[in-house]
Amino acid sequence: MSLLSVSGVVKEFPGVRALDGVDLAVEAGEVHCLLGQNGAGKSTLIKVLSGAHKADSGEIQWKGEQVSFPTPVAALRAGLATIYQELDLVDGLSVAENIFLGHEPSALGFSRRGAMNDAARALLARLGHPDIGPAREVGTLSSAGKQVVSMARALSHDAQLIVMDEPSAVLDGGEVANLFRVIRQLTGQGVAIIYISHRLDEIRQVGDRVTVLKDGRTVAVGLPAKTTPTADVVRLMTGRSVEYAFPPRRPPTPGRPELLRVAGLSRPGEFADVSFTVHSGEIVGLAGLVGSGRSEIVETVYGARKAAAGKVSVEGRTLRPGSVPAAIRAGLGLCPEERKSQGLLMYEQVYRNVSVSSLSRYSRGGFIARAAELAAAARTITELDVRPDDPHRVVRTLSGGNQQKVVLARWLLRDCRLLVLDEPTRGVDVGARAEIYRLIRRLADSGVGVLLVSSEIPEVLGLADRVLVLREGRVVHAGDATEIDESGVLDLVMEGAA
Amino acid sequence: MSERTDNVVTPESTVDLPPVDEQARVEAVGAQAGQQSRAPSWVAGRLAALRNLGLVAVLAILAIIGLATTDGQFLTTGNIVNILTSASIIGVVTVGMTFVIIGGGIDLSVGALVALSSVWATTVSTQSYGVGVMVLCALLVGMGAGAVNGLLISYGRLVPFIVTLAMMVSARGLAQQLSDRKTQLVSVDSINSLATTKWLGAPLLVYIFAGVVILGWIGLNRTTFGRRTFAVGGNAEAARLAGIDIRRHTALLYVLSGLCCGIAAIMIMARTTTGSSTHGDLYELDAIAAVIIGGTLLTGGRGTLVGSILGVLVFTTITNLFVQNNLPTEVQNIAKGLIIIAAVLLQRRGKAAAT
Repeated sequence: MSLLSVSGVVKEFPGVRALDGVDLAVEAGEVHCLLGQNGAGKSTLIKVLSGAHKADSGEIQWKGEQVSFPTPVAALRAGLATIYQELDLVDGLSVAENIFLGHEPSALGFSRRGAMNDAARALLARLGHPDIGPAREVGTLSSAGKQVVSMARALSHDAQLIVMDEPSAVLDGGEVANLFRVIRQLTGQGVAIIYISHRLDEIRQVGDRVTVLKDGRTVAVGLPAKTTPTADVVRLMTGRSVEYAFPPRRPPTPGRPELLRVAGLSRPGEFADVSFTVHSGEIVGLAGLVGSGRSEIVETVYGARKAAAGKVSVEGRTLRPGSVPAAIRAGLGLCPEERKSQGLLMYEQVYRNVSVSSLSRYSRGGFIARAAELAAAARTITELDVRPDDPHRVVRTLSGGNQQKVVLARWLLRDCRLLVLDEPTRGVDVGARAEIYRLIRRLADSGVGVLLVSSEIPEVLGLADRVLVLREGRVVHAGDATEIDESGVLDLVMEGAA
Repeated sequence: MSERTDNVVTPESTVDLPPVDEQARVEAVGAQAGQQSRAPSWVAGRLAALRNLGLVAVLAILAIIGLATTDGQFLTTGNIVNILTSASIIGVVTVGMTFVIIGGGIDLSVGALVALSSVWATTVSTQSYGVGVMVLCALLVGMGAGAVNGLLISYGRLVPFIVTLAMMVSARGLAQQLSDRKTQLVSVDSINSLATTKWLGAPLLVYIFAGVVILGWIGLNRTTFGRRTFAVGGNAEAARLAGIDIRRHTALLYVLSGLCCGIAAIMIMARTTTGSSTHGDLYELDAIAAVIIGGTLLTGGRGTLVGSILGVLVFTTITNLFVQNNLPTEVQNIAKGLIIIAAVLLQRRGKAAAT
């Protein structure tokens, strides 16, 4: 008997059949991976399992009994916990208070702080993290620490199944390894995990079995996670068989002009003495761990942070430090790391998101020339193949990959000459990734310089022409992308690190 | 508003790209996204219209109640002009408030700024310079105080609620000090004539109100300033990284609100023939309430000016109905409170339907 078995679950929303017959069986003590592109129905399935949505039809059996959890709390009480990507912790409360939020040990209405702290300490120890003190304020923990607290909260409800929605998205290499250790500790104790991730290599490392969703249907149930060939998995998800398809590089044209020169750039506590150049038509990649200063460096180049020392010049002219408008006027454009919170106006229409940085060009005396604006934005999104090709659509309703293209379209419309891309494929599924890679290369081939930051080393190595490797805010290696491989980069970034 | 004029419209833009890999078009994610209909954007537009339609319906219901309870007094031209005249002053303040709230802020000082501007413009010495200086004085005092709000909020990085709360208290205090808590009579006739001169049966006040609404609508919906207001209120960080000077923009929003208060001060001087530190009492709450029931999100980024104006009209019509029926103001305030809650509940249901 499976711990959880789902069969033929259907869930419809107005106009969309989000789940169209999903089957899933999870055994106690296994890590069951759920794979699927954005929009395949993973999130809806989790919500149905956790009681946030109610299935229209189909069966869910929990420990052999047919159930339909009316609320997430009911699911939690039954032992099915969900940890969402946006960890739902209260920053101002302590670790123990967060773990026992809603079911604090109490006597006569008074909370028993001592008992609560002891219990929290025991749970954290069970997760292999006695280093996190129960009295510590959660806001002071790293993302990884918060994740551990979320798991402890699940365990405090005696969870037998924990659903983890892209837990590694907010972690870097070392933290992911630790997460896997915690997961193994839990499965060793008989707890089952449903693990959702876009990263196939992680599924290989931590997973036992894989269920693949496509367009709201289960297309494969319980494949062995370690041995199923990558090509098969990718084909099931997409109907194709390539994981990373990088477009071919072109040999550099001699004498291509230098676009960007960064000299001796420093910000105390973030990075020091960073120098590099980007030429027209060149993609320069920055590789390094979270905290190596990669995002801080590109944000400083873009003027979103003010440099303490050093200078940034574009085509020989020095930029005013700390001024985004100055950088944009000089021809820079940024696709920021957090697309939703930093890049897009989620509730506005596509064309308004595209034209926001070029409004002065599509206006006269402050009045917007709406027809010209709309036509130009529509042309740009068609050029980038944003789907659906509708400039009036609200951005929030687009998939991750298409949202990223909207940000790219913004800079394309402005005739941006140096594009700064911070994690351009985060939250973008495999199929759309390849498309975005091709777009970036296409832009470079048209003469745009690209500065690329990614936490995925294969992405930097596969896409960039030249690579800078960062460690603790310093450039420790600079060279052609073809001259170094993934393990070489890893050696450099880990060297000297604890 | 602040665009360089050398940036003329250039329809042709975008870089020349090498041809697209055909395969790239065939494959890809978008497949399922492409099948979805255009519904969401269409629905969103419809919903906004429906919400305003809802307010229009409320007005219609109020009119029917008015007809039923007042012996036909309610729908006379005279009474409708009355309603519009009462709405005009708070309406002008609400235009400024709508900008501030869509831009992600709040302005609690508007009532106090109306009082301060009216007092400053009606001191004996200001009045001695004549109507031009009085008008200029009211506008400049409003804008100046608005600028103080704006600078403290944007460059001083203080919370709008606190800054404008402080301004609300101190501007009213300053108004009391300037006027020595006395009501100052307006002795300049051309100010008073704004309320007494009528075109087509309506006093000039109503036309000023209409003018401000039209300018406000154009400013919000047809200019780069308006577009940026939505962007700054919707996602300040994204707006900043897209190159918008969000601090300057935020400061300007409060100056604009102050300007509206200055205009309202002139109107209230005309209507009451006085300048007084008690003018504009609780205008901040009336304006915010009108903006909210008009469908503008208090968190910023979304809203309409038409909704706000309909909100003002709903409140004014209710007041008028109560007066016509000789009902006490206490009951009137209870009704207003209930309407605010009902409107917000309706909005939430509309939003839930949209998502």
